[in-house]
Amino acid sequence: MEAYKRVALARKKTRPTGQDFIDNIFTDFIELHGDRCFGDDPAIIAGLGYLMDMPVTIIAQERGNNTKSRIRRNFGSPHPEGYRKALRQMHLAEKFNRPIVCLIDTSGAFCGIGAEERGQGHAIAQNLMAMMSLKVPVISVVIGEGGSGGALALGVADEVWMLENAIYSVISPEGCASILWKDPSKTKEAANCLKLTAQDLLELDVIDKIISENHRDFKNVYQELKLSLYKSFRKKQIIPTETLTQNRYHRFRKFGALENKI
Amino acid sequence: MISKGLFKKPKNELEGHHRVKRQGDPAIPTELCRSCPSCKQLIFTSDLDNNYQICPKCGHHFRINARQRLNMIADANSFTELHPDLASINRLEFPEYEEKLTQATLFSHEKEGVITGIGKINGHEVAMFVMEVTFMMGSMGQVVGEKITLLFEYATAHRLPVIGFTVSGGARMQEGMLALMQMAKTSGGVKRHSDAGLLYIALLTDPTTGGVTASFAMEADIILAEPDALIAFAGPRVIEQTIRQRLPKGFQKAEFLLEKGFIDGIVHRNLQKDTLTKLLALHSIPKGGDENGSI
Repeated sequence: MEAYKRVALARKKTRPTGQDFIDNIFTDFIELHGDRCFGDDPAIIAGLGYLMDMPVTIIAQERGNNTKSRIRRNFGSPHPEGYRKALRQMHLAEKFNRPIVCLIDTSGAFCGIGAEERGQGHAIAQNLMAMMSLKVPVISVVIGEGGSGGALALGVADEVWMLENAIYSVISPEGCASILWKDPSKTKEAANCLKLTAQDLLELDVIDKIISENHRDFKNVYQELKLSLYKSFRKKQIIPTETLTQNRYHRFRKFGALENKI
Repeated sequence: MISKGLFKKPKNELEGHHRVKRQGDPAIPTELCRSCPSCKQLIFTSDLDNNYQICPKCGHHFRINARQRLNMIADANSFTELHPDLASINRLEFPEYEEKLTQATLFSHEKEGVITGIGKINGHEVAMFVMEVTFMMGSMGQVVGEKITLLFEYATAHRLPVIGFTVSGGARMQEGMLALMQMAKTSGGVKRHSDAGLLYIALLTDPTTGGVTASFAMEADIILAEPDALIAFAGPRVIEQTIRQRLPKGFQKAEFLLEKGFIDGIVHRNLQKDTLTKLLALHSIPKGGDENGSI
């Protein structure tokens, strides 16, 4: 049950969260709050910082690292205002020509009364559409759990990377087992079938790169991410905007595409 | 008249059968009569057929299939289907998926969960997609995503407005992440169509949920819905399980979304063609002035 082991590792309580990645990869980070419509969602951290000498916009889902902060951060499950905050920062990044880094770690967009009332579906949809034509380079990294639409709302990027023990799935294995087989004990089997590990997703072309992990020590992970992000952004910054968005469109267009169109 | 056997436990299959018969409606063949789930009244099927499958007594909109909907909306003989033969394959080798696809095909008489094509609505040429509720709850896999994206690309290339009827249980989990990617893919198609200055009207029908709500359903320029349609990101059952409390009445219904400002209007089925025609006409003034002023 290889896949389920990864699920457990991705969700492990001691695993570094979004804030740890921000602190260790970027310098002079300044957090910027609020969606200007309703409120500030602590499940998403957004702000500016330096990647080496390059100013970038950083958007990260944050689960919290102790009981108190986990509750405050809603265990990393964003509300619509979180996605709208992210979108606002992305548009600012576009205005000031800054590359965007998205760090994905959520079990999913929150499902609750407030989230539905304020248009969870609408907020995610708007992000998908807007990200598709952002004129600046975007790289998304799944650092822990990539839970369905709630993860994809930060995942329409030029490149999508995953940490070795991260997962990215259309539905949680628990949800899949109980909906499809009406049997929560089949969770491990579901995890296998869903092809949610970094290795599986690289084979399916859903992601572009795996960042190898040494789970006792994340220093190497931070270091590798820092260098890889920097190198990739440098390469992408010289690509004409038109080509950049064209490539992004085709990156997602290819899934299930017909051999010969129309 | 109360049957004697009403309170008696059936001893064998024959007796049991008698009881089953009592529970149902009077012995009228279902082809002739249906009971309305909303007002519980018996309605003649012919009355439903003549009334857009709307209950004549309480106005409840019965779920209808995609072909019926096309007949209601598109002008007679104007619809040309695009890519009717695209069918899903089980790329992830997900258990029992092929069987489910076969069953869905038999049950719905369709090859996949959406019909796309070009047609006319009172003379206005449009690209249309209509999702099929009886094909695995209109769930979105690679073929649904592909057909919808192809339609938006076609509409962009031929400068046509898109009219879309959504009904979906969300992303199709048997296709895993490849299904999730369809949300991004279709959104890309919508975005390009939109950037080309073209009109997209979505009409959300019961139920529109999950990955479809969180992508092309909520990306239209004008979003309409059928009365009482469930429109949600997370379905009501999932929410109840998550927050462990009962949801208020009418939560996530079209009327609720209208009140919260997420849809432009609710349109009864018998007025949909008229409404769409008016909206299309209002958008058909050519940019820069076409000499004959037509679309």
